[in-house]
Amino acid sequence: MAFQKENFIKFILMVFALSSLFFLFLIFAFILIEGLPLFLKVGLKNIIFGFKWAPTKGSFGIFPMIVSSFLVTFGALVVGGPMGLSCAVYLSEYSGKKMKMLLKPALELLAGIPSVVYGFLGVIYIVPLVRNYLGGSGFSLIATSIILGVMILPTIISISFDALMSVPKSFREGSLAMGATKWQTIYKVVIPSAKSGIMAGFILGMGRAIGETMAVIMIAGNALKIPTSILDPLRTLTGNIALELAYATGDHRLGLFSTGVVLLVIIMILNYMANFGIKKKRLK
Amino acid sequence: MRIKPSIVDKIFRIGFNALAFFTVGILVVIISIICVKGFSHVNLEFIFASPEDMGRHGGIFPSIMGTILLALLSIVFATPLGLGTAIFLTEYTKESVFTKIIRFGVESLAGIPSIIYGLFGFIFFVIQLGMGWSLLSGVLTMTIMILPTIIRTSEEAIKAVPRNLRIVSYSLGATRWETVTKVVLTAATPGILTGIMLSIGRVVGETAAVIFTMGSSLRLPTSLMDSGRTMAVHFYILAREGISMDKAYATALVLVLSITAINILAYYIMNRVVSRYS
Repeated sequence: MAFQKENFIKFILMVFALSSLFFLFLIFAFILIEGLPLFLKVGLKNIIFGFKWAPTKGSFGIFPMIVSSFLVTFGALVVGGPMGLSCAVYLSEYSGKKMKMLLKPALELLAGIPSVVYGFLGVIYIVPLVRNYLGGSGFSLIATSIILGVMILPTIISISFDALMSVPKSFREGSLAMGATKWQTIYKVVIPSAKSGIMAGFILGMGRAIGETMAVIMIAGNALKIPTSILDPLRTLTGNIALELAYATGDHRLGLFSTGVVLLVIIMILNYMANFGIKKKRLK
Repeated sequence: MRIKPSIVDKIFRIGFNALAFFTVGILVVIISIICVKGFSHVNLEFIFASPEDMGRHGGIFPSIMGTILLALLSIVFATPLGLGTAIFLTEYTKESVFTKIIRFGVESLAGIPSIIYGLFGFIFFVIQLGMGWSLLSGVLTMTIMILPTIIRTSEEAIKAVPRNLRIVSYSLGATRWETVTKVVLTAATPGILTGIMLSIGRVVGETAAVIFTMGSSLRLPTSLMDSGRTMAVHFYILAREGISMDKAYATALVLVLSITAINILAYYIMNRVVSRYS
């Protein structure tokens, strides 16, 4: 009896455990079912390398959005990368226990602030700042990069911090014993040893930036062309979906799912690159 | 000329300190802007009254209730699934190709951005299953979205339970299930609660995936099939359509304070666990 009951419980738990896989399958299946037909109908090349997005007139080019998504992601890394890594270095190498106890939760809270709030503050404070001091409408690549840069800080900091902390203490002691200064130790020994973990943090940060939606549509200006300067407005893949999904029908809606397919592929590639980095770190 | 290494060292020490404080400064600035601008517009009436004229006047009561309903119902669905998965992975099976595949699924789900969840929930629950823009569509979409968080935190909480407790339980003749429910889960409860709190925080702050599944009706949802809006969605619409800056700040204040409170509670619980076992 007891044995049978145990087996039954194990079976139920296994079904629960398979649910994640099932949901993942469902998500992929439905996004692909909706998104792929248009690739066949209009042609992969015309969608991915098409310049014109006029979905009601049969043009589904999303090349400018792909470029824009990568541009804001790169911009976010330029803003958030050095800052995030410095914070992680501070936390792991310089800060005392008390500062750590204060800083780590503060970062988690920063991560908890909803993206709409970041977007709102971006519109109220960053956009006018750009408009007044740099020109243009303010809804721009640079404003979006600044806000996204701040938004990805917690991701970059926490993963880089873990990577830095996993560098054995003996490495540091060895370097300091050879007469190196603390900075030389960090720069020549600690950071190189934690390189793959730090890379993983940066890549996960990129994943977060490229997938970010609400903040981006509030600040980016959503214009349908490739920006030629940092002051130009732009529209990302995520923005394209969020802006038009509510009212799109027919082929137009399929076009948004095609946009989703491209986004999903990019995100998956980034995530596996990041996981590879984290696993490599563990192997060491 | 070469600068002395000891001076370079000092410069970087100061630089790292400054950058770390700058980052904390960002958090302080964000929260204080919202508190200062929102505080004078938040009062009991704002919290307990219904919005009038698209939110220009009145309060946000329906969206507070919408948020609570969405978060609690998602937790009700996601917790058994997530906890069951975590128990299976830690207590009922050894590391194998099978568990690797399950972990792959969980990790992939965790990496999917919320707009994709919105897109999926919209086509699957809202359109294909005919649920329309409703609380139910929102709840099911959110359930899938928070599942990875619950699984990961529960798994860590269960792994942190000392092996001795299990061994003692088995030696007293308890079955595996009895050991799991009476010993392991009891000891892991705080950690599991942390995961649940973090998930609630995530649902409360979510916009993209909610707006396309639960919709944005201003009325209080009275059944699972009713549309409704959460505070985050209400705030987004107020801000984006420029309906009322005062009300937007006030909503942002309630939203950010709730999430901050939820997260602080989560870390408080977690720290108690950490200090218990280490």
